[in-house]
Amino acid sequence: MTTTTPAPATTPTRTRGTGTTATRLLGIATVVMLGWLVAFGLGFSPADRDQDEAVRIMYVHVPTVWVAYVALGVTALCSALYLFTKKHSLGFDRFAGASAEIAVVFMALTLVSGMLWGKITWGVYWAWDARLTSFALLFISTIGYLAVRSLGGSHQQRAKRSAIVGLLVVLEIPLVHWSVRLWNSLHQEPSVLDTDGDVSIEGLMLFSLFVGVIAFTLLYVWLLLHRTRSMAMADLLDDVGLDQALADRRAEGASS
Amino acid sequence: MNRWSIARLVAAKDLRIERRSKVLTNQVIPFAGVTMVIFAFALDAKSARTDDGFVPLLELVAPGLVWLAALFSLLLLVQRAFAIEADDGALDALRVAGVDPVAIFWGKSAALAVQLAVLDMVLLGAAVLLYGADVPAGGLVLLVVTLVVATCGLACVGTLYGGLTAGFSGRETLLPLLVLPVVAPVLIGATRAVESALGTGGVALSEGWPWIGLLTVFAIAFGVGGALAFGPLIDEAT
Repeated sequence: MTTTTPAPATTPTRTRGTGTTATRLLGIATVVMLGWLVAFGLGFSPADRDQDEAVRIMYVHVPTVWVAYVALGVTALCSALYLFTKKHSLGFDRFAGASAEIAVVFMALTLVSGMLWGKITWGVYWAWDARLTSFALLFISTIGYLAVRSLGGSHQQRAKRSAIVGLLVVLEIPLVHWSVRLWNSLHQEPSVLDTDGDVSIEGLMLFSLFVGVIAFTLLYVWLLLHRTRSMAMADLLDDVGLDQALADRRAEGASS
Repeated sequence: MNRWSIARLVAAKDLRIERRSKVLTNQVIPFAGVTMVIFAFALDAKSARTDDGFVPLLELVAPGLVWLAALFSLLLLVQRAFAIEADDGALDALRVAGVDPVAIFWGKSAALAVQLAVLDMVLLGAAVLLYGADVPAGGLVLLVVTLVVATCGLACVGTLYGGLTAGFSGRETLLPLLVLPVVAPVLIGATRAVESALGTGGVALSEGWPWIGLLTVFAIAFGVGGALAFGPLIDEAT
């Protein structure tokens, strides 16, 4: 049997990247906003009376929490849309998957920035507060969701399986939060946490926070679009690769 | 044949396989036992000060350790419950034969719950013998109710995620990642309820009952949710 090197398949996707004019503009806007965030967060905004310079962690911490929850919300929404629409579009599945990947990254950033902030303001990296604990469990569950996505099988199998798990992850949030809250009520609250009450935020600080939220949201959308497109290309590659392999085997069969 | 009788048949099949293979009695219970022993090594024979004076630490944390050991053993039982299905493609055969997935879910959950209940009782016995935990007569009802409700919840979650990971090569490592964050409410609720039932550290009996509410909500949520999701999940596992 002779092996022939197959001619490189010319598919219309060969030169296609994941960028379009819209995402390039979005990328530029993101970079500009991130620059503003650096300027306002580190420069223009004043240091806090109680927390001093440590308050600047807030400009990263709050936007990352925001993006993490938005990303999870998008995952749940797209999972539901995939499951409950007639078409079972893989586009929803890829949005759900891409959003969950970004959620995991931003949850990790939230935990890290929160721990550093906690060490400075509360004196400890970790407090067994209901919000923190249920967030950590949610983080692990989201990692589990991504592991389920990588189990293999056809694209539709992956989509259906992960959509169900994605919905379960989001639906378990209230139950976990409720139980951790009940559990936590038995323990004495760390007194340092009391400083976390209703603090009125100064105008420029609020504006910097606002810039942070906008910048990170733009970053999220930009990442989401690119990741979804690269997932679509990976899926296409799988299909094309399979077709190619089938064609090769058929050619082999015909020539022998 | 209606759904209930199919569920009963599935449960009976699983329990018959268990009776013949004796995996629970020969492997899982000894594992749970050694877990209880090594917990004692990790925590040492220290005492902790409570409102009632000094109490041995192990006695104080016994309810939590019982449920922790139960969770670890649950993972083994779930893997076993679906290894017997996946090895010969039995789950696929059941589906191809048109067996109602809701009935399979309830049947397998029931069989798992029975095995888990046996295990829980052994673990509680170990806590009494090894950790010096005391079972007051007044707390017996709360103890039994906790055991039943928590076991049902755990069995439903275990069956749901066991079905999801059945037939995949990475199931041994994926299962704990998926199951442990989900069952955190059961660990919390069941531990507090058992603490009340045993009066550990001076906790009043009446404090235990609200936790039963949490455990019941959990069991119902995963009993219903699991039954709905199980069919599509095992369809896709092939």
